[in-house]
Amino acid sequence: MAVTRFLLNDRQISTAQPPGLLVLDYLRHHQRQPGTKEGCKEGDCGACTVLIGELDGEVVCYRPVTSCLMPIGELEGRHLVTIEGLNLPELTPVQQAIVDQGASQCGFCTPGIVVSLTGLLMAADARVDRTTVKQALSGHLCRCTGYRSLKVAGDVAAAAVGKRTGVEALVADGRLPAYFLDAPARLRQIHSDSAAEEGAAAAAVVNVADDGTHPAMIIAGGTDLYVQRGDDVPDAEVEVLNLASEMRQLMRGIERWDGHLRVGALTTFEEFGEHPEVQRWIPEIADYMFLIASWQIRNRATLGGNVINASPIGDMTVLLLALQSQLVLRRGDTDRTVPMGSFYRGYKVLDKAPDEILTNILIPDVDAQTRIGWEKVSKRKCLDIATVNCAGRIRVEDDRVVEAGLAVGGVAPIPLELTATRDHLLGQPIDRSTIEGALAVAQTEIAPISDVRGSADYKRLLTRQLMVALFTGMFPDQLSVVEFIGPVPGASAA
Amino acid sequence: MKHLDAAAHTRGESAYVDDVRPPTGMLYAQVFPSPVPHGEILALDVEAARNAPGVVAVLTAADIPGENQIGPIIRDEPLLAEDEVHFAGQPVAVVVAERPEQARKARRHIQIKIHEKPAITDPRQAFSAGEIIDQPQTFEIGDVDSVWANCDVIVEGSCDIGGQEHVYLETQRARAEPLEGHHLRIASSTQSPTAVQKTVAAILELPSHAVEVDVKRLGGGFGGKEDQATAWSCLAALAAHHTGQPVELVLDRADDVLMTGKRHPYLSDFKLGLSQDGDILAYEAWHYQNSGAAADLSTPVRDRTLFHSTNAYRVPNARLMAVCCRTNLPPNTAFRGFGGPQGMFVIESALAKAAETMGVPRETLQRKNLLQDGDVFPYGQRAEAARAVATWDAAVSDFDLPAIGDRVAAFNREAGALRRGFSVMPICFGISFTATHLNQASALVHIYTDGSVSVSTGGVEMGQGLSTNMASIAARAFGIRPTRIKVESTNTTRTANMSASAASAQTLLNGNATLLAVGQIVERLKRHVATKLGDANPSNVEIVDEQVLLDGSETGWTWERLVLTAYFDRIGLSAHGFFRTPDVWFDPQRRKGRPFAYHVYGTAITEVTVDCLRGTYEVDAVRIVHDMGRPINETVDLGQVEGGLAQGLGWMTMEDLRYSAEGKILSGALATYKVPDVYFMPDDLEVKFLADADNPLGPFHSKAVGEPPLMYGIGVFFALRQAMRAFHGRDVAFDAPLTPERVLMALHGDRVTELHRQAGLSAADVSAADVPVLVD
Ligand SMILES: Cc1cc2nc3c(=O)[nH]c(=O)nc-3n(C[C@H](O)[C@H](O)[C@H](O)COP(=O)(O)OP(=O)(O)OC[C@H]3O[C@@H](n4cnc5c(N)ncnc54)[C@H](O)[C@@H]3O)c2cc1C
Ligand code: FES
Ligand code: FES
Repeated sequence: MAVTRFLLNDRQISTAQPPGLLVLDYLRHHQRQPGTKEGCKEGDCGACTVLIGELDGEVVCYRPVTSCLMPIGELEGRHLVTIEGLNLPELTPVQQAIVDQGASQCGFCTPGIVVSLTGLLMAADARVDRTTVKQALSGHLCRCTGYRSLKVAGDVAAAAVGKRTGVEALVADGRLPAYFLDAPARLRQIHSDSAAEEGAAAAAVVNVADDGTHPAMIIAGGTDLYVQRGDDVPDAEVEVLNLASEMRQLMRGIERWDGHLRVGALTTFEEFGEHPEVQRWIPEIADYMFLIASWQIRNRATLGGNVINASPIGDMTVLLLALQSQLVLRRGDTDRTVPMGSFYRGYKVLDKAPDEILTNILIPDVDAQTRIGWEKVSKRKCLDIATVNCAGRIRVEDDRVVEAGLAVGGVAPIPLELTATRDHLLGQPIDRSTIEGALAVAQTEIAPISDVRGSADYKRLLTRQLMVALFTGMFPDQLSVVEFIGPVPGASAA
Repeated sequence: MKHLDAAAHTRGESAYVDDVRPPTGMLYAQVFPSPVPHGEILALDVEAARNAPGVVAVLTAADIPGENQIGPIIRDEPLLAEDEVHFAGQPVAVVVAERPEQARKARRHIQIKIHEKPAITDPRQAFSAGEIIDQPQTFEIGDVDSVWANCDVIVEGSCDIGGQEHVYLETQRARAEPLEGHHLRIASSTQSPTAVQKTVAAILELPSHAVEVDVKRLGGGFGGKEDQATAWSCLAALAAHHTGQPVELVLDRADDVLMTGKRHPYLSDFKLGLSQDGDILAYEAWHYQNSGAAADLSTPVRDRTLFHSTNAYRVPNARLMAVCCRTNLPPNTAFRGFGGPQGMFVIESALAKAAETMGVPRETLQRKNLLQDGDVFPYGQRAEAARAVATWDAAVSDFDLPAIGDRVAAFNREAGALRRGFSVMPICFGISFTATHLNQASALVHIYTDGSVSVSTGGVEMGQGLSTNMASIAARAFGIRPTRIKVESTNTTRTANMSASAASAQTLLNGNATLLAVGQIVERLKRHVATKLGDANPSNVEIVDEQVLLDGSETGWTWERLVLTAYFDRIGLSAHGFFRTPDVWFDPQRRKGRPFAYHVYGTAITEVTVDCLRGTYEVDAVRIVHDMGRPINETVDLGQVEGGLAQGLGWMTMEDLRYSAEGKILSGALATYKVPDVYFMPDDLEVKFLADADNPLGPFHSKAVGEPPLMYGIGVFFALRQAMRAFHGRDVAFDAPLTPERVLMALHGDRVTELHRQAGLSAADVSAADVPVLVD
């Protein structure tokens, strides 16, 4: 039986529970730590938020995640912190501020919120202001308060802590339990113990067969897998990619490589958005991230998972598709590279063998003449799946389009590359008539259906509007929104 | 005083039903629901589930020893389906296993064969088919028919108003434990412990006293646990009864959304007549309530729609009709506002239409027709201490409405894709249960010999701060520190025959009952101490800050000494207080009366920006003047206003319940049903309490606050509408919620034909794509 070793608050745990068991179920049912709540088991409410601490050199970095979508197998060598582990004899600044501001009513959302706000303060160089307080609250639903009091509570707690953020300062000031200081050494100990036992605990929970093939259930961030097949994972044979295996090393990191930006498939949304190289290539990446999932989910969701999940509406997928990315797939020791544009064959049908692993995503270089844009509309602006999204990468030389990539999501069974629309653009100047033409061609490429996110007609219309937003956003000097939103000549109101 | 539970909440130490350490031998139940909205059950095979690992029992209707009936008012709802199913998600069987996941897996093995019948989801269609619950109700005042002829302006129209999922963060749950003598103790997340007690007793054929229901707290209720918590307690009790072991039943989110009812969707028609000067002369409204498959609380919800159909306006001639229409959706139920919001939305729509027709600002018509003291509501009650004008005028001046108007107009003159809009939304909401007999409550107060105090009432703590208010009230009435007070769980053995914690009336009812209980003990204590102070007159004794005062001066007697000596003198230190709201009555035959103890008023000003390219929008600001009486606890009350507003804003914008044509829910998860998050709610949110607002009936002049603020949210619809009209000047249907989809289609829907042409689509292609499908 594989054993997973980790710290749970101030205790070292060694458990033989199946690695696919959810951290949330483990806490509530096996450890009887009921402070962590279940509100949805889909990552949408934040009631189950815990902190995961991971060794980064000498220190442990803590990030809030939703425990309802995380396998315990991944806790190996990590520090799991729950609300119980943050309590001191007196209320902490975050707790006190919530009490003082009346920011807890029924209380069901409260422990998770305390965890996220505390997590915000635990980074040594934390930027703590209204913007980051809201970001820390972004993955939490509170049905009682209306959020004003929570925002103020976050401000007040931040003011109380001031510049004294980070684990050491918080402990020194009596705002975080002292056991946190021992966490780095204890985690290192777990790592060396595991390494010492040949085979290593880590390897034991990675179910790679001798021939290098993988079992059916491959878990990256788990944010799609658990939502779709939550009941089945705990009993299944799983491979947890995020373990300190060789494979993991290969699948992480972002670097420039051979005319590309190499992005490891295990890169989380948050790591991607925060990476300086990415920010240089895609200057507005932070604005996109604001519209994608929540802080907790972005800390877990991987780019590789987004691509392989093949949702027609995946936000990163549509961006990467428009960027003309290539996918590196590995089986055993063999790698092959596939252009993303030919990867999607039908609804969730991929050019990929079941046991092939996506290791890296290669994004071709961009230069000064290349513009990148991305658009998304969902029913709720933040933490919602897109109704329609789209992205573009367009290179203009001598006032003519010389290279283009366009993709749109939510209007076909697959994330759709708009190849005919691209062809229409090539060689043309960016002006109103080119764009009107492109908009018309795009309508021939899409085939939306009606579902809970909107009617087919709405998605058609939204595709047009978002492409207008995309082009006018990429080329504000050549195009103006108002040219595209006037009344339709001769049409009557619908 | 802070919310009593808040510190424990922030530490994760507050225990909800299933956080309490499980008793040994606990079993876990899961419900097997009907997969289809309507049909006849031909066969139900639970054998395979029974043999699945860990399964202890699989129970169906045949296993119910008493009556298979949970309808609270009209007895039309079985606990478990017998021969027919009437909505997708209707409980058919319950699986009991040693572990929750075993029960979940085992229920997949249940086989059901159903002869499907057509499902109705549209209330008008149900009405035409004669599928109604109870009789249509009509409220009338004046003589509408003869007044139409005198009206200078008459507008007519229709509204399509969506339902709303409660999304209490804690889903439905209960734990039932068998006790000796076939008795049961039930821990339930219910707003209505007595309803649970009675129904469990009837299901198991037990006397009520054999069933003890205890409620510590709810992780949110909002009406969704007023009646709809009962079934889950009953199923847990049934399972405990059969297995002889404790049983826990927790619905996961998907089951909760699938199986429980929501706020009622309405289809309504209106006709409004005004004079040239903008005075409302006549109003007619027809409300077709989508009641779902069983009556549940639909009839009193319907009635409250009628009570609030004229909102805060003086309407001298009105005829208001509402009918409960039976459809194949889950039985719709109470939700904060209880039918009132739907009624208000319709008259606000009518006023919007009238203003557009007359070419005057909507606010002009609203302000002109606000209720004044002495005006008569269509149900016969006279407006007393009406604060519609006071809150309106305070909002207009405090928040400078003219400046808002100028700012919005200036913004909209700058071309571009953005447009702004604003609205003013007055509210008037009646406080009391409209079923008069429910306006009663009792409280049990003990003082222990160390001076600590225990208070039990029939009110349930669901986050609204009821315990905090009860502790404040008891402490103030005793003259002691609030920390001496413990507010107990709500328990049927301490409080009998409770009304549900609903109708915003809990502080009014239970607070007054507490005051009456405390008053009795205080009287006894005063008489006791007066004799000790040289036969003083008890009426000259006071207890202030834990000190006994005689004629205003200190006596050296402390609270602790007072209590202890009273005990040795054999003075009763416990009392039971019983309160009934005075002077409320309603004659259901004549549909006239004085159903409400008082009304709550307020006015909200809402500002929005619409992105007319993408169809998305932002709520920029909401500013409110609210008539709170004299608040018992400003922080708690403010939280109620803000939280109610958030739910109202959500209901009008993003909260979009979608069903397939066959009646299956499409928005069955928090991934597809969105509620306001931190980014949706404006940073610019301000609530002022109206100054100097007495309310003799409320404990310490407080006013009820639970439901009314939700209706401020209606303002956002009209602000969005105004912004959209600023873009294209066209009509916008009164269809809520005004989702980004509806906004974009209203702004640019005329383009769709052109898009079809560009795509080369035939009419057949278009209609094929129009049928909504369930996708993951
Ligand atoms: C609350 C919530 C909000 C969300 N919001 C958004 C959003 O705004 N935008 C958006 O696009 N998505 C969103 N998602 C969806 C999800 O987070 C993303 O699709 C995410 O990228 C999935 O990555 P993961 O690592 O969690 O995938 P997993 O769930 O671990 O895996 C998904 C699938 O891919 C397979 N897989 C994963 N990695 C690999 C690999 N390297 N090689 C081979 N197979 C692999 C798995 O076996 C599984 O079948 C949201 C999800 C939740 C729960
Ligand atoms: S339980 Fe809702 S996010 Fe995990
Ligand atoms: S306090 Fe009830 S959900 Fe936040």
